[in-house]
Amino acid sequence: MRPLDVVSVSGTLVAVTDGKMPMRAKVASSVSRTAAAFSRAAGRGDGSVIGGWIGLKIDPDLLRNLASGRAIALVSGTNGKTTTTRFTAAALGVLGPVATNSFGANMPTGHTSALARAGSTPFAVLEVDEHYLARVIDETTPRVVALLNLSRDQLDRAKEVAMMAQMWRTALAAHPDMHVVANADDPMVVWSAVNAAHVVWFSAGQRWMDDSWVCPECGSPINRAQGDWWCTGCPLRRPVAQWRVEEDGVVDPKGDWHLVKLQLPGHVNVGNAATALAVAAEFGVRPIEAVPRLASVASVAGRYAQVDRDGRNIRLLLAKNPASWLEAFDMAEVAPTLLSINARDPDGFDTSWLYDVDFSPLRGRQVFITGDRAYDLAVRLEVNSVAFRHVHTFDEAVQATPPGRLEVIANYTAFQDIRAELDRVN
Amino acid sequence: MSTESTLRIVWIYPDLLSTYGDRGNMLILARRAALRNIPVETYEVRSDQQMPTTADIYLIGGGEDGPQALASQRLIADGGLHRAVNQGAAVLAVCAGYQLFGGSFFAKGAQCRGLDLLDINSDRGETRAVGEVRGDIDPRLGLPPLTGFENHGGRTHLGPGVAPLARVTAGIGNDGQTEGAWNGKILGTYAHGPALARNPAIADLLLRWAIGADSLAPLDDTWPERLRGERLAAASAV
Repeated sequence: MRPLDVVSVSGTLVAVTDGKMPMRAKVASSVSRTAAAFSRAAGRGDGSVIGGWIGLKIDPDLLRNLASGRAIALVSGTNGKTTTTRFTAAALGVLGPVATNSFGANMPTGHTSALARAGSTPFAVLEVDEHYLARVIDETTPRVVALLNLSRDQLDRAKEVAMMAQMWRTALAAHPDMHVVANADDPMVVWSAVNAAHVVWFSAGQRWMDDSWVCPECGSPINRAQGDWWCTGCPLRRPVAQWRVEEDGVVDPKGDWHLVKLQLPGHVNVGNAATALAVAAEFGVRPIEAVPRLASVASVAGRYAQVDRDGRNIRLLLAKNPASWLEAFDMAEVAPTLLSINARDPDGFDTSWLYDVDFSPLRGRQVFITGDRAYDLAVRLEVNSVAFRHVHTFDEAVQATPPGRLEVIANYTAFQDIRAELDRVN
Repeated sequence: MSTESTLRIVWIYPDLLSTYGDRGNMLILARRAALRNIPVETYEVRSDQQMPTTADIYLIGGGEDGPQALASQRLIADGGLHRAVNQGAAVLAVCAGYQLFGGSFFAKGAQCRGLDLLDINSDRGETRAVGEVRGDIDPRLGLPPLTGFENHGGRTHLGPGVAPLARVTAGIGNDGQTEGAWNGKILGTYAHGPALARNPAIADLLLRWAIGADSLAPLDDTWPERLRGERLAAASAV
């Protein structure tokens, strides 16, 4: 199982009004929604997984049937897909109601459940686990697919980066009419999308480069300078980006600059906003309409959420692989910081990646560590010359912090544990 | 490279072989040397650069099939690593790097020629070995048990020119019986990534080999020892 956000929400059931759907699909869709509602009523999460699972058991073509007739955008990549999906759904809201799997249930069961819940909503934005992208493209025939980045993530089980890029490339080649919105700054993404007939490039930066020093086309070294990159052995090089981040705004293909004010922190989220604007433009939504809607996004499945407790303002940042740790350090304020690391099934059992992260930005801050694998973190921080204190509970860290901001950076299940302590904050 | 008294550590081809936090071994060796007031310099040598022949410790890490095969070709063509080893340099070779120190290994479905610096040959196992690995290290090395995390599809067969680094007590290692190999000052292991984080005694062995010392000043290893205790127990529980 890949990680899934499990949160309680109240769901409203909407009747499926698409009369063209086959009877089997209607029944499957209805049962799927009912199961999801029971799951929510029982307090067992948002029901996205169980509902979709049951629906697909009854009708294996359910996702294809539910997707039929809708204009769909898929968002995939190693990092930023949940946030970018949320931004894109907000931007497409200009056009009307948008179906989306906004709780991070990013495999076909989650997509099925999201669409079953959506009634006749003509638009959908779906976050897709990168391993499932080919299958979900086949089943949903999206208008647009957005490709964010590819980097190492849960290597004890995930496909290696070059293999993932190859899978994407093959999937895109099978759907030449599909529009692609892709990150010009990531050589692996560019290589997977470069042959697509309709591709719009965006520049959202690439903070983590250690998985793309070798050209996926020819094996030669890739050189980089001032944001540009090029292969030293073949023509693969960074394409010109039509959408790019400049200061705290986004430049569109016409060259107009739009100030992007967000509630979400960090430069990386301006990049995610640029991606969402580029995808929305494929649906005819102009940036000037979409930008104000991006500011309405306050947190994403608990990520970036702020909670006040005992005079401390606790902010939650999720960091699940080396690239996202670099992004979290970019977002975090200079304030006391709690790091929590687990290595349970959704996290991957291997903690080696700790040495791919440079923790030195935390030097001089009050650092607390906790989680199942706090000792791995302790050894890593010692090697990195970052002073720390080991705490056994989240509350111990809160009590040891002076009033004010406490930044919490945690990997997947550690993040969920802390969210549970904070009453499942969204 | 620099003065005789400086300990020089080379990390071989981080652009090709750095998949699992392999940088950790270099950082840990440099730190443990510095804490003993041993001047230390580290060099990250990319695959398009010439391999230095006069460093004291060489580190090589894990990687995917394609980069592993490429690294082997380039190291054979370069020849610098062979000269360094013949001159007595110490080596820690991990995972894909361990395999390519042997006579042959499998990558991308084909047999590839290795460096022939360890008397081992690797082929494919029927299953991938993923999880905690633990073993009792060859008593001649005088080290406490090995603990690590392994993730590889290879099986490695040892020739008479090497000894197993350890006898497996949990996990797979070379073949479920033995784990890693050593000869002279070359150590190879499937304990991947930052293997020295859990095995500071192996780090100190490499440092002693490199500077020719029988012992080193002890360090405060409170946290590495806690980590070792936890991981050795976890491997037993599996």
